[in-house]
Amino acid sequence: MKQVFPFVALAFFATVPLWLQDQYYLHTLVVAGIFMLAAMSLNLLLGYTGQLSLGHVAFFGIGAYVSALTSLGFSLSVFGFQITHEPWPAFVGLILGAMAAGLCGYLIGKLAFRVRGAYFVIVTISFAEVVRLVSLNWVELTNGPLALPGIPPLTLGFEWTGYVTLWGKAQNYYLVLVLIALAYLLIKRLVESPYGRAMIALRENETLAVSVGISVTKYLVLAAIFSGALAGLAGGLYAHYIQIIDPMIFMFLNTVTMVIMVITGGKGTLAGPLVGGLIFGLAPVFLRNYVGPEVQWILYGVLMILVVFVLPEGIVPAIERWFNRAAKPNRKNGSAGSKIEQGGSTLAMAGSGKVNS
Amino acid sequence: MNAHTQPSGPILAVEHVAVHFGGLVAISDMSFEVREGELVSLIGPNGAGKTTAFNVITGFHRPTKGHVSFRGTSLDGLKPHEVTGLGLVRTFQRTSVFEKISVFENVLIGLHRRTAPNLLGTLLGLPGERKAEAALREQAWEILRLVGIEHEADEMGGSLPYGDQRLLGVALALAADPRALLLDEPVSGMNASETGRFIDLLNRLKAKGMTILLVEHDMPMVMKISDRIVVLNYGRIIANGTPSEIQNDPEVIAAYLGGGVKNA
Repeated sequence: MKQVFPFVALAFFATVPLWLQDQYYLHTLVVAGIFMLAAMSLNLLLGYTGQLSLGHVAFFGIGAYVSALTSLGFSLSVFGFQITHEPWPAFVGLILGAMAAGLCGYLIGKLAFRVRGAYFVIVTISFAEVVRLVSLNWVELTNGPLALPGIPPLTLGFEWTGYVTLWGKAQNYYLVLVLIALAYLLIKRLVESPYGRAMIALRENETLAVSVGISVTKYLVLAAIFSGALAGLAGGLYAHYIQIIDPMIFMFLNTVTMVIMVITGGKGTLAGPLVGGLIFGLAPVFLRNYVGPEVQWILYGVLMILVVFVLPEGIVPAIERWFNRAAKPNRKNGSAGSKIEQGGSTLAMAGSGKVNS
Repeated sequence: MNAHTQPSGPILAVEHVAVHFGGLVAISDMSFEVREGELVSLIGPNGAGKTTAFNVITGFHRPTKGHVSFRGTSLDGLKPHEVTGLGLVRTFQRTSVFEKISVFENVLIGLHRRTAPNLLGTLLGLPGERKAEAALREQAWEILRLVGIEHEADEMGGSLPYGDQRLLGVALALAADPRALLLDEPVSGMNASETGRFIDLLNRLKAKGMTILLVEHDMPMVMKISDRIVVLNYGRIIANGTPSEIQNDPEVIAAYLGGGVKNA
């Protein structure tokens, strides 16, 4: 059941553009999907290593700006040198954006994991604020508050397949869907490997983890690199889909959205950020007929508090627990190690009830 | 785990180690050795500096003075995970298991040092990595069987009975492929039958040639299983010898054992 569910969900979402005619809804789904990717990347840090990044939007925005500037080209003078960059294809920008954000993840990780916990939170917030100020004030490069308009959409394909430029919403929808599936698969493989176990061990009990030979810096930095790169990829997708970005992309609210998605869905679970992302990504669709955006934000906060009160571990672990309870009589009849043999993991659920700060 | 080896040269050497916390002298001058295959107990009254000695040996504390070396390698300035990397693995008095993780996966985490995963292979799901994972699971079962808690593989670490949690703590340390084990008060709080099981385990490990350094308050157990005993008092070593020598050492009797050892 548990193994089949991701495929069922994927198959269902693959059919959505076939019957959903309203372009606005499709657009909402694409944006929600992009934020789900970002939430998945945050979950890798917050859920699996237990380190809360409250500046996650920095990686997202860096990915967006690097990708946009790579594909738009720019010309600026630094210390008297004139640097001119001719426009490159959009997908090259997307990859460079992810790499740049991954590099930032590495640097932040190296710097901040010397001081973990609350200090890491502070360092990440500061980092995001610095990047926002740069994007706002380095007008020659970023256009500052005037925004970077006319970002080209992604063009995919090879010489032998022909090229497709993703102008339409359905095309972008499928691209995001494929990338979510891919990211899900890669994160699943990572967290269920010795790498993921090391991260979870550090989250659960750092002293004990260290005593069995796990290096703190190595695994936390690894998680930060992956997390940064995936958030950067999401940012690049956003830039090429919306086709205009400005420093507002670094709004703290965007980080909060990701955090809410992860915590509501269930941090430290593979499906958590997807469930949370779907709920909060689609909430504006249902709420916009009744209240304005400011009130919506308040409602998100209220909704999150409610969920944390009722289901402190988030929605996905609660559902899993419910399923396990329903399935327990069968398990008792089976062999003692049945849960382990099936590959069921308690690692994914462990500690997700703990609120880290 | 090593093949059977006879007690031979020192595997662990502690030389003139001193630890000061500000003005407090936790250890003033401590030197002792542990030979390969030996079971040495470090005993002493509360506050004598036993746990501090463990923390210094395993890299959790820096000594103020002195050196520790393991198998000829100096441990000066090494981080705890690097000390473990050399095969010197410890257990803890309290935080001995990952409480919210299943017993089986506790041991899988412990096996970290025996894995050499390839990041790309892991992400691509290559068969080599899957084979390594399957082999790792087999090793985890072996260790659980060795310590005798394989029937609880599915339980959460924190839900085990106290004695079994201590056994799991040892399983975690054993999983880290130790050449020498440092056990910090492993039987404190155990009942008699749990202690009996633990002594059996220690004897099995000894038979396999494992070097063990034990901090323990349970005197009957210490006298029964130790090859040698080192006695600490007020941060310095007051005696070092076989159990019978220690029992008859006037300074030990005066400082620590009071009226002599009962039930030994």
